[in-house]
Amino acid sequence: MLEIKNLHVSVDDQEILKGLSLTINKGEVHSIMGPNGSGKSTLAQVLAGRDAYEVTEGEVLFQGKDLLDLAPEERACEGLFLAFQYPVEIPGVANNYLLREALNSIRKYRGEEPLKHIEFTKLANEKMNILNMGDNLLKRAVNEGFSGGEKKRNEIFQMQILEPKMAILDETDSGLDIDALKIVAEGVNSLRSPDRSFLVITHYQRLLNYIVPDYVHVLVEGKIAKSGGKDLALELEDKGYGWVEEEAREAVNN
Amino acid sequence: MPITLSTKDNGYLQGYGKFKDSDGFGKSAWLTSLRDKGLERFAELGFPTQQNEDWRFTNITPIARTDFTLAEKSNGTVDSGTVQNYSIPGLDCTRLVFINGIYSQELSSFTTHPENVKVLSLSEAIGNNEEIIEEHLGRYAGIENEAFTALNTAFMTDGGVIVIPGNTALDTPVHLLYISTGSDSPTLTNPRNLIIAGDNCQGAVIEHYISAGDSVHLSNAVTELVVGENSTISHYMIENEGRKSFNISTLRVQQSRHSNIRSHSVLLGGALVRNNVHPVLAGEGCDSLINGLFMSTARQHMDNFMRVEHASPHCDSTQFYNGVLDGRSRGVFHGRIIVHKDAQKTDAKQTNRNLLLSDTAQIDTKPQLEIYADDVKCTHGATIGQMDENAVFYLRSRGIGAEAARDIILNAFTNETLQSMTIEPVREYCHALVTDWFLKRKEALSQG
Repeated sequence: MLEIKNLHVSVDDQEILKGLSLTINKGEVHSIMGPNGSGKSTLAQVLAGRDAYEVTEGEVLFQGKDLLDLAPEERACEGLFLAFQYPVEIPGVANNYLLREALNSIRKYRGEEPLKHIEFTKLANEKMNILNMGDNLLKRAVNEGFSGGEKKRNEIFQMQILEPKMAILDETDSGLDIDALKIVAEGVNSLRSPDRSFLVITHYQRLLNYIVPDYVHVLVEGKIAKSGGKDLALELEDKGYGWVEEEAREAVNN
Repeated sequence: MPITLSTKDNGYLQGYGKFKDSDGFGKSAWLTSLRDKGLERFAELGFPTQQNEDWRFTNITPIARTDFTLAEKSNGTVDSGTVQNYSIPGLDCTRLVFINGIYSQELSSFTTHPENVKVLSLSEAIGNNEEIIEEHLGRYAGIENEAFTALNTAFMTDGGVIVIPGNTALDTPVHLLYISTGSDSPTLTNPRNLIIAGDNCQGAVIEHYISAGDSVHLSNAVTELVVGENSTISHYMIENEGRKSFNISTLRVQQSRHSNIRSHSVLLGGALVRNNVHPVLAGEGCDSLINGLFMSTARQHMDNFMRVEHASPHCDSTQFYNGVLDGRSRGVFHGRIIVHKDAQKTDAKQTNRNLLLSDTAQIDTKPQLEIYADDVKCTHGATIGQMDENAVFYLRSRGIGAEAARDIILNAFTNETLQSMTIEPVREYCHALVTDWFLKRKEALSQG
């Protein structure tokens, strides 16, 4: 599904990702954990196509295509989705309008007919129930005046509607209470399927109690320092990131 | 014989002398006295300069140094087809058409209004010696510090008069369509509208200024809107004159107890535009919405001068103006809120948001609060910014193309003001004008 090979990324001439490689197969859920400043969010933004980041080396294949060669909207149309760490407020644009435009834009890309208004409303209502959202959230301007939890839930709601092949969740759990976390996790788990992959970026192990990953990777200083199964997350929770950072440094010195 | 007005050699005074002998002047003594006062004051004030704080950001030298001819009916031809082009699709209304500021009965059209409602031209109303005109005309729009209002008062020739007696709902709006045809030399019109609503009334008026030609022209319009107790009146100003035109307009609203006004302005045309909106919330419990959108490009200059006067307790006012500025254009938003001593429990809000689409566009935004009461709530906020590229990226990351994403954000910005226009055909019409503006911008960009 997604193949990242030796990715180097810089922002303002400062290298953030320093040779990151990662392969995510169809149906797999991977989690990337790591301390602040290790490059987690940079990875998410680069994959989504933010142009403030400069890829200096390496390549990313998405379903065999050169992802880095595609515009952000083309990536979305190919089936990539990013749940933003900080969802953007867009005054004056209704949530449901954005979603219908997005969905129909993706459908058009795939050569499908646009969804009729009534069909869309039906779909939106169905998905909203899963996320326990009031339908006033649909009519309100995108993320404007939303609470932190509402914003994150809205990201998952968008994911539910757009049904991507590969979803990247960038610290979707940050700042959520347990109830909200459960709802978000349920929104993700209900989409898990053998055809869909997830990359869950998080700072805390807690989320992984609810979204159980197949693989856990630790990102340290722009590289994956350690990979393992879901137990690795528990170990990190227990011991912190220090020992992985130490191991990584030793590996460099040797 | 055309009457020329010039700031050189006492030209305005001499022109006034000639105007006195013309048919448009009118014979009533009260009107002559009103005009004389207007001219006298104008002669004292002269055109404002930028030393005047109220005109700090707007240089009207291009107006002051132009020799204008008082526009006449005869110059230019406009047929019903032209009028049709500027009608508002789907709007059932009475339309008074003014060509170069002078009423044209042939081109106007009427719907049936409730009994006793009067919709006629100012020239007709003066000709008929309508007493209500004498009672109200010039009573509200001050000339003391307002040179353009003084000038209008001296030279006003025609305009729309709408009188809604108490307990009456004007079910279809009145569309006042001002078409300037221009001529070889610069022309001046002084439209003067008077709208008087009794108690418990409802109604809507649309002032609409357009140019059929592309010549230099000054529309110096004054509208007095008197709103009786418990009445709701909507006023729309659509300014879409030619790129060489000057448009100075003043809306002066006098509100009685529990009255409600909705003022909407959409400014798109003109080289130099000044939009004065001045409601006085004179009775208790009034509500005013002062809503507007201005869009400028090239070297256009658009100045919005708001003066919201709270004179009684428990009144609410909301100013909401959005500006879109492109090219080397310049915008001004000057929002003054005056809360008089007795106007306790005032709730006055002011918001001005500006979107700059080019590096060379400029906006000056200036809130000004004068508060003489001690139990009031006044809030103001202004923003100036470029297109939010984070928002563009967010939309693109959802599958929406870059151009469509930008369109969505621009439309959202303009819709913030358009959405509070309650008459759907007018809102749709304004929306179409805005869409057209964006389309022309795109064409210009694609041609480099």
